[in-house]
Amino acid sequence: MIPTSSSITTDGGARPSSITPERIENALPGESDLSVRSVSKSYTLRGHELPVLHDLTFDVQPGEFVAFVGPSGSGKSTLLNILAGLEAPDSGEVLLGGRGNPLGRTAYMPQKDGLMPWRSALDNAALGLEVQGTPRGRARESASELFAIAGLEGFERSRPSELSGGMRQRVAFLRTLLTRGEAMLLDEPFGALDALTRSEMHEWLLGGWRDRRTTVLVTHDVEEALLLSDRVYTLSRRPATILNVQTVPFSRPRSLETTATPEFQSARAELLAAVRLEAR
Amino acid sequence: MGPSLPRARAFLLALAPALVLLALWEWFVRAFGVDPVFLPAPSRVAKAGFDSAGLLVVAARQTMLEAVLGLALAFAAGVLLGLAIDLSPVVRRTLYPLLVVSQTIPMIALAPLLVLWFGFGITPKLLVVALVCFFPIAVAVADGLGSAEPEMIRLVQSMGAGRRQLYLKVRVPQSLPYVFSGLKIAVTYGVIGAIFGEYVGGYEGLGILMQTAKNSFQTDVVFAAIFVTAVLSIGLFLMVSVAERLLLPWHARSAGPTETREPAQAGR
Repeated sequence: MIPTSSSITTDGGARPSSITPERIENALPGESDLSVRSVSKSYTLRGHELPVLHDLTFDVQPGEFVAFVGPSGSGKSTLLNILAGLEAPDSGEVLLGGRGNPLGRTAYMPQKDGLMPWRSALDNAALGLEVQGTPRGRARESASELFAIAGLEGFERSRPSELSGGMRQRVAFLRTLLTRGEAMLLDEPFGALDALTRSEMHEWLLGGWRDRRTTVLVTHDVEEALLLSDRVYTLSRRPATILNVQTVPFSRPRSLETTATPEFQSARAELLAAVRLEAR
Repeated sequence: MGPSLPRARAFLLALAPALVLLALWEWFVRAFGVDPVFLPAPSRVAKAGFDSAGLLVVAARQTMLEAVLGLALAFAAGVLLGLAIDLSPVVRRTLYPLLVVSQTIPMIALAPLLVLWFGFGITPKLLVVALVCFFPIAVAVADGLGSAEPEMIRLVQSMGAGRRQLYLKVRVPQSLPYVFSGLKIAVTYGVIGAIFGEYVGGYEGLGILMQTAKNSFQTDVVFAAIFVTAVLSIGLFLMVSVAERLLLPWHARSAGPTETREPAQAGR
């Protein structure tokens, strides 16, 4: 069922035994900019109007990684759903690569891992490719190449229930990585993990696992936002507006040691204060 | 499944209450000298069963044929109706209440009419089985298809999946454990439904055998036929359970529709 390493035939020419993140990026569509213009959204709850997002406007440059932090229930997930085209804004527009209706053009990682219990780890990682029309065998080949370098070798046939939290998250991340799309949308991807596993995931991501796609991360973890992104937006309480934009001053490559620097600590304190003020 | 007992022990635990009951029954009949026409002892029932084994086998074959064909009909109808209910809000609004109402019609009133309309052949038996059994299947399919996690639905939609892909990749696999639960309920009604259909009017089968045995005061043969009925129902139930284990290994190994298993220790 699962192609063994010897059965991985190339689609033309020899392949190096290990694949650098550079090569993964090359297999993916080019970078697109993301432009969000005056987006507002409210829900009706038992006859009451519940405004969730109010007049959000921001731009993400091609290949840029931005993070949104905000208190719980500030509409962060709603924002990502709108960016993914899963929900329509009440007013305003979202342009991805200059075009509206981003549905089916993003690689979206939901808050819970969304792994399907009936699929093996490998088939879960290959889901995006399959949905987007890659034949199952080829999709599995692509996924198994990444499994080897993601430290998941030997777990291809495991069911999600047999994996640890960190491994599940890595499978979900590989699925996002393999999904074709002009932007990556990460909805609190590591929120459910314990602190230790989360910092392991951060280390793993910083070790070159991010591709160069335009990326939007929403999180309530200030440290995570600063460590991973190029720019951090602070959202207010509902209805969410942008309170503050902070450019992250640290150059890449970064590592977990970055968090120990005084600059990081002061940036973190500043951002935390802004979020805390709102959460009160 | 619960915490798994050693197989032999689990089997004995399931069998123990039945054995105790049989022993009590045997003792009661002997101690009080009960008339075997009124209530035969289990030993007498066993003997009658062996003596009329030929008759029982022929009758059981007929009843099983009716039950299985009727269940197939019920399954087809249940899946189609469940799917229609899930696909169309209009169907859900109009047909669902009608289906519930259909379940309140007493089969005892309907079965003779079916015989009147379709004769004494196999057709009215199949219809009785199908009418009794399609409902749990239809409800299971409709509920199962609707049970998919919103997170998974959003995920595949964000990948650009259309309706067909959404069903193939998420809703249908998600519904299968529910469908098997419905099927398990349905099959336990299947054999009884067939016997009921025979009882109302027919030439052969366990229902007819029970009726003729009763009319000639062979109560022990009636009980033997009841025993065969139970064995057939349990057999069907086990077949569905085995199919479930084989087809849904992810479900058989977890506790239920929602997973509660502890994650394995992290090996890196």
